[in-house]
Amino acid sequence: MSVMSVSDSDEELYNERTALVPAQNPAVPSYRPDPELSPTEDSDSKTAGRSGGRAGPDPGAEPEDEEEEPLKYGAKHVIMLFVPVTLCMAVVVATIKSVSFYSEKTTQQLIYTPFSEDTPDVGRRLLHSVLNTAIMISVIVVMTILLVVLYKNRCYKFIHGWLILSSLMLLFWFSFMYLGEVFRTYNVAVDYPTVAMVIWNFGAVGMLCIHWKGPLQLQQAYLILISALMALVFIKYLPEWSTWVILGAISVYDLVAVLSPKGPLRMLVETAQERNEPIFPALIYSSAMIWTVMMANPVDGQRSETGSDEEAELNGGRAEPPSRRPRPVTEEELEEERGVKLGLGDFIFYSVLVGKAAATGGDWNTTLACFVAILIGLCLTLLLLAIFRKALPALPISIAFGLIFYFSTDFLVQPFMDNLANHQFYI
Amino acid sequence: MTAAVFFGCTFIAFGPAVSLFLFTIAREPLRVIFLIAGAFFWLVSLLLASLVWFISVQISNKESASQQKGLLIFGVVLSVLLQETFPASAGVLVILGFQRDIIMLCCFVSVSGLGFGFMSGAFSVVNILADSVGPGTVGIHGDSQHYFLSSAFMTMAIILLHMFWGVIFFDGCEKQRWLAVAAVVASHLLVSSLTFQNPQYVSSLVPTYIVMFFMGIWAFYTAGGSLRNLKLCLTCKDKDFLLANHRPR
Repeated sequence: MSVMSVSDSDEELYNERTALVPAQNPAVPSYRPDPELSPTEDSDSKTAGRSGGRAGPDPGAEPEDEEEEPLKYGAKHVIMLFVPVTLCMAVVVATIKSVSFYSEKTTQQLIYTPFSEDTPDVGRRLLHSVLNTAIMISVIVVMTILLVVLYKNRCYKFIHGWLILSSLMLLFWFSFMYLGEVFRTYNVAVDYPTVAMVIWNFGAVGMLCIHWKGPLQLQQAYLILISALMALVFIKYLPEWSTWVILGAISVYDLVAVLSPKGPLRMLVETAQERNEPIFPALIYSSAMIWTVMMANPVDGQRSETGSDEEAELNGGRAEPPSRRPRPVTEEELEEERGVKLGLGDFIFYSVLVGKAAATGGDWNTTLACFVAILIGLCLTLLLLAIFRKALPALPISIAFGLIFYFSTDFLVQPFMDNLANHQFYI
Repeated sequence: MTAAVFFGCTFIAFGPAVSLFLFTIAREPLRVIFLIAGAFFWLVSLLLASLVWFISVQISNKESASQQKGLLIFGVVLSVLLQETFPASAGVLVILGFQRDIIMLCCFVSVSGLGFGFMSGAFSVVNILADSVGPGTVGIHGDSQHYFLSSAFMTMAIILLHMFWGVIFFDGCEKQRWLAVAAVVASHLLVSSLTFQNPQYVSSLVPTYIVMFFMGIWAFYTAGGSLRNLKLCLTCKDKDFLLANHRPR
């Protein structure tokens, strides 16, 4: 099956997603508490804010807890991102190792990487991979600028249609392909009506969860799955050297696009924040969950607890539902867990790196090394996020560590460990 | 060479470590981060050691097998020493006055030791485990039949040893007991050297396990344990358990 018709939207899609933003204030009005009640977070909350958004520390807390609180709070957010990134990478690695389709050499290539790498000459191969990268990156830049222009001119319908089309393709076509390959690998005979039913249900629920409302965890699961599918497509269809050069180039692009004043991604994030709107749900993984605890009636002191998914609240129209508006007098505590948002492009490229490490060489040490390197890079990025408190690119540090560890493990550590294992020496 | 061998060896090698992880680390996000940081630092030390080994191999005589083996032994010793410099540098930081969060520190030490251990064990054994799933015959050319099993046991010992070494090393650095620090380095070198005798597994595994027990007991006392604590804990009369269940002692 030819994949020449990978839609353009996919290309730009994943690149919109390469940004790491602190959680924005959802459309709940800022709340001025009673002075004697415990303080809540201020309206532009950050991941490791000192203001501690809990109802208050326990009464018997040691003084050290005061200092440890923001650290623990920040650590919780780091873990909230470690888990989905790990899951995405695990899915990709498991697929690569078991379903040989995704690591087979193929002569088909995406139209974005037209130069083949079949030449034995090293210089020529390098040249081709650089040219491939140049084409790919320029396509991405053009798409990103197009998206920002559309967003600024408020062509929401166009953008939504574009996003819906590309998630349709991911959820239906790519998952159908994936399912087919899995069945082929395990030699399972399944009839078409069953497959149609499964794919229809999977895709329809996915579209609902991602673009409309759904339970937070289901939405997160779907976002992880589509990132994994996209990463698998890249692993299969990008030639080897081009992949590494593209990973490097896209980290540089991410750095430039998010940090420089005229960078498209920065403009996108800032415009979204100005208009107090969320960035499109299909592009961002959010780990947040809001719980509002408020008194329904001041007289009988009954408490009602509502928990909702931040995305759902923001997706269901721009205005918040009236039931959530707190009455300032009666509100007892506003307990919120604000999370961090990570763009889906970051998931995709992390998984591409680890998956490619798993696909080439068949060595688990390299895969493990890349995995740890990426997690540490993510940790450092989140630390920087806590310090700088504005949208940061999540790719550069992790990909840099990942690339360094991939090449050094593959060329230096691998022979050493092989020799050690031969003689059963332990270090 | 079946799934049974794969699962058996995996559980032997990683069982204690994973249960330690689940019971003490998985709940606390900060500890998970320290675990990953420990793994990362081990990786960096391995990288440096491999770099030195690689360069030395390139400039040496590639034909001579004994020279290659000698270089390998040199590589092992170097990597052990490098592995100890990372906790050493962190220990120096501790002495220099990074001492405010002693509570954090005690968790940090054993957790990052476990991270070291995880990575070390994983790097030693994962490829072997992956091979054990596929078809094949162990030791068909006359090598030992117990390759997989002995690797698994050795890995378990190494992972636990790393954790114990971490605790003792840091405590030694903190209280300036250089004998403890030297003992850790020496025992690490000893254990690695014992593996040079593989495949005579008896002479390598048994002493390793003896060292592990000693180190375990030493680390237990260093971390503040005592027979009394142990007894209280085992009979469910210790403070945390009682507080959690609101029962008088």
